[in-house]
Amino acid sequence: MPDATLRIFRGDANGGATADYRVPVGPGMVVLDALHYIQGHGAADLAVRWNCKAGKCGSCSAEVNGKPRLTCKTRMDSLPLEEPITVVPLKAFPVIKDLVTDVSWNYKVNRKIPPFQPRPGVEWKYSQEDADRVQEFRKCIECFLCQDVCHVLREHRLHEQFGGPRFFVRVAGLEMHPLDGADRTALLKDELRISLCNITKCCTEVCPEEIRITDNAIIPLKERVVDRYYDPLVRIARAIFGSGKG
Amino acid sequence: MSDSLETHEHDVVVIGAGGAGLRAAIEALAQGASVGVICKSLLGKAHTVMAEGGIAAAMANVDAADDWRTHFRDTMRGGKFLNNWRMAQLHAQESPERVRELEQWGAIFDRTEDGRILQRAFGGHTFKRLCHVGDRTGLEMIRTLQDRGVQMGFDVYMECTVVRLLKDGERVAGALAYWREQGRFVLFRSKAIVLATGGIGKVYRVTSNSWEYTGDGMAAAYEAGAELMDMEFVQFHPTGMVWPPGVQGILVTEAVRGEGGVLRNRLGERFMEKYDAKKMELSTRDVVARAIYTEVREGRGTEHGGAFLDISQKPAEYVKRKLPSMYHQFKELADVDITKEPMEVGPTCHYMMGGIRVEAETAQSSLPGLFAAGEAAAGLHGANRLGGNSLSDLLVFGRRAGLAAGQYAKTAAPPRLAAGDVEAAQREALAPFGRSNGENPYTLHRDLQVTMQDLVGIFRVREDLEKALGELEKMKERWKGISVEGSRLFNPGWHLALELKSMLTVSEAVARAAMMRQESRGAHSRIDFPNTEAAWGRKNIIVKREGSAIALREEPVAEMPEELKKILAEEK
Ligand SMILES: Cc1cc2nc3c(=O)[nH]c(=O)nc-3n(C[C@H](O)[C@H](O)[C@H](O)COP(=O)(O)OP(=O)(O)OC[C@H]3O[C@@H](n4cnc5c(N)ncnc54)[C@H](O)[C@@H]3O)c2cc1C
Ligand code: SF4
Ligand code: SF4
Ligand code: FES
Repeated sequence: MPDATLRIFRGDANGGATADYRVPVGPGMVVLDALHYIQGHGAADLAVRWNCKAGKCGSCSAEVNGKPRLTCKTRMDSLPLEEPITVVPLKAFPVIKDLVTDVSWNYKVNRKIPPFQPRPGVEWKYSQEDADRVQEFRKCIECFLCQDVCHVLREHRLHEQFGGPRFFVRVAGLEMHPLDGADRTALLKDELRISLCNITKCCTEVCPEEIRITDNAIIPLKERVVDRYYDPLVRIARAIFGSGKG
Repeated sequence: MSDSLETHEHDVVVIGAGGAGLRAAIEALAQGASVGVICKSLLGKAHTVMAEGGIAAAMANVDAADDWRTHFRDTMRGGKFLNNWRMAQLHAQESPERVRELEQWGAIFDRTEDGRILQRAFGGHTFKRLCHVGDRTGLEMIRTLQDRGVQMGFDVYMECTVVRLLKDGERVAGALAYWREQGRFVLFRSKAIVLATGGIGKVYRVTSNSWEYTGDGMAAAYEAGAELMDMEFVQFHPTGMVWPPGVQGILVTEAVRGEGGVLRNRLGERFMEKYDAKKMELSTRDVVARAIYTEVREGRGTEHGGAFLDISQKPAEYVKRKLPSMYHQFKELADVDITKEPMEVGPTCHYMMGGIRVEAETAQSSLPGLFAAGEAAAGLHGANRLGGNSLSDLLVFGRRAGLAAGQYAKTAAPPRLAAGDVEAAQREALAPFGRSNGENPYTLHRDLQVTMQDLVGIFRVREDLEKALGELEKMKERWKGISVEGSRLFNPGWHLALELKSMLTVSEAVARAAMMRQESRGAHSRIDFPNTEAAWGRKNIIVKREGSAIALREEPVAEMPEELKKILAEEK
């Protein structure tokens, strides 16, 4: 097999530039293998995150030829090897060094979300169908590729106002838990600002776990917010009967 | 140097944010302790996230006849009776409650027809016992614990690596670490420390383990003077991927066999008939790993030196639903559709039964103030771990470690650390920057992996072990000459250089203990001592530092009470 050239961003918060590295390509090789090869042959200080090398931990995210990808699941033979393969860090987050970005913002957003709260006196029983609905959201490996591709964060940099698709997925997993009794609609409306999402579906397209982020998480959550805050009948009913979960 | 050193103080510091560390932290918080959790990766990326098959707990949701006694017996039999009986008993008794607790904190397990937690079959377990979420149980567990801990309010220091434990007299009362990002040092002062740093798989070439598994916790405990135990018992999981080369070692969950997967050799023979006709594919891991290894060695292996594992006889939809990540893993990384074709699999280094010696009830090590749980600790699994018994171990003994550490901290005096120790640790850590033209850490790591793989692997023999120990001596010298380039800013070469020290320490402990145990038992197979010897069945090997040398001794396995002996004698 031919050699490949990887054109990798080298630098830190103060800036940097891409550098080219030649890598021999073997069968089944993935981009992360190529990065490890480079570390072992000449660039020992190349900064890369990874853990499982099997698409399970969501550590190895980067932009490969302009697309947000898990480098451990991106096969070299799926890329055009005649041209240099560009590997740069996620754009939605500040660079620390090389391919490593500062994703701590995500952990801060997560803290705002009220945890699972079982309804009082529940019996711990529910069907597999009920479980399936929530398990889709709980598959999330926190790779933050969806955050990276969402224009609200990537272009408009509204990190201070917006939660991002990852956290709509997380809230959906809690809100649709068959035994949960908490209400997170105010949070969705005011703190995570779900209304800023205009359903472009870019997040769904990049999710390596194939979570239907927009259709199954965001749209139903938007409906909950609308029902709660903007539907006049619901508002009247709430005034009369008190608030309950939508 | 230490004047400007960033310092944090907590009642309890937990090193490790996998299942064991997080569960310990939650319990210490519940004791009212202030808790700091340190981990090498981002929060939520520890090894636990990769666990696939399930958590073993005798809940009897599927097989009503199951109970803690049977789980206890299975664990002891799996461990070839070298287990700490009290740990095995506590584990079997408490794991159902620990699983229910996870559910109450928001975990969503697969369900039975009547809506309870579903359980599946696994090797060495008499009954269907593994609570699971498809084949991503570990992800469910780590998210649940992480969210719980964050809500309860622990402080997390992530991408922060501990290089040394610090003492106040005999007790352990602090740790020195560096931020991976900036390369700056940070000091932790604490009344109690829980080590939950996981295993050592990265000392082998073919492994299911990530870069984190360099034995740091065990090595740091050893350096501080704590005892290690059962270091000769390294588990090779029978089914890792073998092809293509880049994925070699990545785990193929035992759940494939639990769901009915069948093993065959190149000739199409279902070879487990020869090795364990009763349990077949669901025999214990040591047996299945040796069986595959033997088939390959005797010329009946597949093209890439493995065996075939086939689940394609099951309906495609069922396979995709119960084993989704296996389906994707093979499809995307190996171009194999497991609903139609067999997988190629072979043994991969997976789990460390040995580790820090602890007291069963409290998880305290042989040093005051130092506790250990999870894969970093030894005792529960004896000579061989059953699948699913690790995740339950993390919960049961993570909780016990956190509880005991929280209580210990209540009466312990504030720590006094010697400035000299802190400075010495920093000097040692920075030494590789001071050398030029020394050896590259990646080269040394590769050589270590080849040595351990080839000479201290599944089958062991005196000549190989002697050779390995000779090589390790040379590598310890080579380590002193390692140099790294670049700055301290997120520098993986430097990180590896420091981790190599831990890897060399634990490798030597494994090789020496393997040399000492002159029998074959569980995961430890000696070609020159192929039999299991009753006398060795009554002894654990303890490893401890004496000055700068490693010292090994035998110690009797604790005597089991009569009522437990009776349980073991029952046939089921
Ligand atoms: C692919 C795979 C599948 C598995 N499937 C199952 C299964 O189905 N069922 C089962 O029971 N078991 C399974 N196991 C085994 C089980 O997952 C592990 O044994 C278990 O998760 C270990 O948990 P832990 O809490 O001890 O350590 P880990 O989860 O590995 O956490 C270790 C922590 O220590 C930190 N750490 C290490 N060194 C340092 C340092 N120097 N400084 C700071 N922090 C440090 C790490 O960053 C990490 O946070 C599987 C293992 C693998 C690899
Ligand atoms: S659908 Fe919404 S959340 Fe997803 S990328 Fe588009 S704007 Fe962002
Ligand atoms: S929702 Fe999908 S893309 Fe977003 S973080 Fe989770 S796994 Fe990644
Ligand atoms: S390394 Fe875990 S997802 Fe890529």
